[in-house]
Amino acid sequence: MSDAVLLVLPVLLPLAGAVLALLLRTRPALATASGLGTAVLLALASLLLFLRATGGGAVPVTVFGGWPRGFGIGFSAALPGVLLVLVTALVTLAASIYAIDDIGPRRRRAGYDALMLAMVAAVNGAFLTDDLFNLYVWFELALLGALGLLTIDRRVAQIDGAIRYATFAMLAATFILIGVAMLYGVTGTLEIRGAARALAGRPPEAATAIAAALLLGGFVLKSGLVPFHLWLPASYHTAPTTVAAVFAGLLTKMGLFALLLIFAGVFGVTAGGAPQLVPLFGVIACATMIVCVSGALAQTDMRRLLSYHVIAQVGYMMAGLALATRDGVAAAVFYMVHSIIVQANLFLGAGLIRRASGSWDLTRTGSLMRREPLFALLFAVPVLSLAGIPPLSGFWAKMIVIRQSLDAGMAWIGAVALFAGLLTIVSMATFWSDACWKQARGPTQRRLPASGLLAMALLSAATIVIGLAPGWLWGLARRSAQMLALIP
Amino acid sequence: MTVLYAAVGAGIVACALYMILSRNLVRMLLGLSLLATGVNLLLFLAGTTRSQQPPIIAEGVKTLQGGPDPLVQALILTAIVIGFALTVVLAILVLRAWRSSETIDARDVDAAESLGPPRPRDPIDV
Repeated sequence: MSDAVLLVLPVLLPLAGAVLALLLRTRPALATASGLGTAVLLALASLLLFLRATGGGAVPVTVFGGWPRGFGIGFSAALPGVLLVLVTALVTLAASIYAIDDIGPRRRRAGYDALMLAMVAAVNGAFLTDDLFNLYVWFELALLGALGLLTIDRRVAQIDGAIRYATFAMLAATFILIGVAMLYGVTGTLEIRGAARALAGRPPEAATAIAAALLLGGFVLKSGLVPFHLWLPASYHTAPTTVAAVFAGLLTKMGLFALLLIFAGVFGVTAGGAPQLVPLFGVIACATMIVCVSGALAQTDMRRLLSYHVIAQVGYMMAGLALATRDGVAAAVFYMVHSIIVQANLFLGAGLIRRASGSWDLTRTGSLMRREPLFALLFAVPVLSLAGIPPLSGFWAKMIVIRQSLDAGMAWIGAVALFAGLLTIVSMATFWSDACWKQARGPTQRRLPASGLLAMALLSAATIVIGLAPGWLWGLARRSAQMLALIP
Repeated sequence: MTVLYAAVGAGIVACALYMILSRNLVRMLLGLSLLATGVNLLLFLAGTTRSQQPPIIAEGVKTLQGGPDPLVQALILTAIVIGFALTVVLAILVLRAWRSSETIDARDVDAAESLGPPRPRDPIDV
C-alpha cells in the first residue's frame, strides 16, 4: 500500500465505520459488529503504518490535494504520533470488546458506535497532522464526539457534566485558536516544521510570547493540568464505563501530545527555546501531581478516584517536558504510552467491580478475590502498574522521569514525583484491597461477562509486555524526542 | 487601522469573558459565541489588513502582489463553522438542563457534583 493511503487509513477507517454504524444503529447487533470490525481493521492498519514508519527509511509524508510540502495540509507518520496511533487502536479494540456487554441496545440506538468511531478518528487525526490549524480542528471534532458520548443516556447528571466539560473545552479551544493565529501572523506558515524553522534562533518578542502563553493555557486546560483540572473529575464519572475508559486513556493525552508538539517541536524547548516559560512547566507539573493525588485519596467513588488519578498521571508527563531536555521529553512519551493503557484498563476494571457489587462506592464493594479470582489478578496489573511497582510499566515510567529529573539538575521535580508516587501507592493499595480483598457486606452477586475480562486481559498483557521489555519502548521514546527536536 | 481592529477585537473578547463568568447558563452560552466572533476578528488581523484588493493573482505574475492573505479568510470560515457547531451543541445541553431541572442557574445545575461527601460514615461501622 502506498504511503498516502496508509497515512490516512487511521482516520478514514473509523470515519467510514462511523457512517456505517450510523446507518445500522437501529439494529444494535449489526452496529456492534460494525464497531468491532472497524476496531480490528483499525488495529491492523495502525500496526502496518507503525511498522512502515519505524522500519527505517524516510518518514512517510503526504500532503492532501497534491500540493508541495508547506503549502497544503499534510499528514506525517513522525514518531510520537504514529506510536500513539497504535496505542489508540489497542485501546479502541479493548473498548469495543468491553462494549459488547456494557453498552446495551438503547445506547447503540442512540448512536454509541458512530460517536465513538468518529472521536477515535479525530484523535488519530490530531496525532498524525502536520498543520497547526488542522490540529485545532481535530481537537474540536474529538470534543463534539466526546460530548455526544458523555450525554448518551440523557441523564441529568450527564447533562450537567457535559455543560461543564463543553464550557471549559470551548474556552480552551478559543485560546488555542488565538495562539495559532498569532503564530501564523509571526511565522507566516501553519505547517509545524515551517513554523519551527521560522522561530528557531528568533529573539523573543511580544507576539510569540503571547502566542506561547495562549497555547500553553489552552492545551493545559485540554489535558486537565492544574490550575484548570476541576472540569475533569466533575464530568468523566457521569459517562458510561466504556466511554469513561476511552476518555481517560485518550483525551487528556491528546492535550499533552499537543503540548509536546508545540513546545518541544515548534518552540524547541530542548534547544533552549521559550526559556521564560519552562520554569512554569515544572510548577504546573508538581502542583498537578500533589493536588490531584491528594484529591484521589479523599474519594471513595471509584470513578471520581480514577478521574483524579488520570490528571495526576498527566502531571508526571508534564514533569518530563518541564525538564527541557531531550531525554525528559522521551520520558514524557514513554509515560504517555504506559498511562493510556493503564488508565483505560483501570476504568474498565472499575466498571466490572460495579457490575459485581452493584455500587461505585468503595465502602460497599469487596470479596472479588474469592468470587472472581481471574478478575482480581487482571485488575492487579493496572493497579500495581499505576502505583509504580516493578516489573510493570509504571515502575519504568516513573523511574525514567525521576532519573531524568536528577540528570537535568532539577531534583525537586523528582522529589515531588517520588512523594506523589508514594501517595499513589497508598491510594491504589486501598482501592484494590477495598474491591477485592475486603469482605463484601452487600448480598449483590453478579457474574462478570467474559468480554469484559477479555478486554482487560488485552490491556493488562500490553502493560506486562512493556514492563518486561521497557528497552524497546524507551528506544522508540528517545527516537520520538529526537524527531520532535529536529523538526526544523 | 491595525490598532483599531486590535482594540475592537480585544474589546469583544473582554465583553465575552465577562459574560462567560456569569452564573446564568444562557448568558455564558452567548459569551462563548461572542468570544468566537472576537477571535475571528483577531484571526483576520493575523493576515494583515494592508489592502482592500481581492486576493487574486494578476495575469502573467507568479505571486500575489499587494492583496490580503487569502489563507486566513479560509481559516476564519472554518473557525466560524466549528464555533457554530459547538455553540449549537452547548445550546442543546443548556436547553436540556432547563427542561429537566427547570433552571439555568449554574449553581442549581449540580447533579454531577452532588454525589454526597466523600467517605461517608457507614452505619455498620458506628
